[in-house]
Amino acid sequence: MTSHVGLLLVFSVLVSATFAVLSRDGLREQAWFAARLFGAFVSAAYVLGWLLYPLPL
Amino acid sequence: MAQPSGRTTTPTQALIICAAAWAVPGAGHFWLGQAQKGLSLLVLLTVLFSLGLWIEGRLFPFDFTDPLVGLAALADLGVGLPYFLAKALGAGLGRAVAVTYEYGNTFVIVAGLLNMLAVLDAYDISQGRK
Repeated sequence: MTSHVGLLLVFSVLVSATFAVLSRDGLREQAWFAARLFGAFVSAAYVLGWLLYPLPL
Repeated sequence: MAQPSGRTTTPTQALIICAAAWAVPGAGHFWLGQAQKGLSLLVLLTVLFSLGLWIEGRLFPFDFTDPLVGLAALADLGVGLPYFLAKALGAGLGRAVAVTYEYGNTFVIVAGLLNMLAVLDAYDISQGRK
């Protein structure tokens, strides 16, 4: 498992689910919150990735 | 949102619950009757920690001459017994040239930090704040 995107997705799933479990009661609420958080993680990674792309790092 | 349970425990009980929650991810929630949360935390945090080790992350030494290394070691320790189990099995040596080394470190550190958050959550529940 060396794909950067794959690792990003796995990390996002696990951390989103953990935050959802800690902050919401009930499976349905947890699943919805985890899904939104996962979307935010992945979107933020892509947006930041493209913003950093032109920089000579 | 999580609703206050109204449950309160003595300071000694709260301390024991926090120690259990630290030692075994999710144990504090199990103890407080939240089995679904306890089981979820056990699975999620154990998988995150194990994956981190599998992709060649490192369990950092307690070397505070480099503050970041020392802080990373404290974060690693946050996951509780799995940390000691991994140490005993010789895992977590890390291979700095591996392409996934930094990812592995991140997985392991975040697992420890999230377990610390779970301990605080268990404490809040034991005090009737959630």
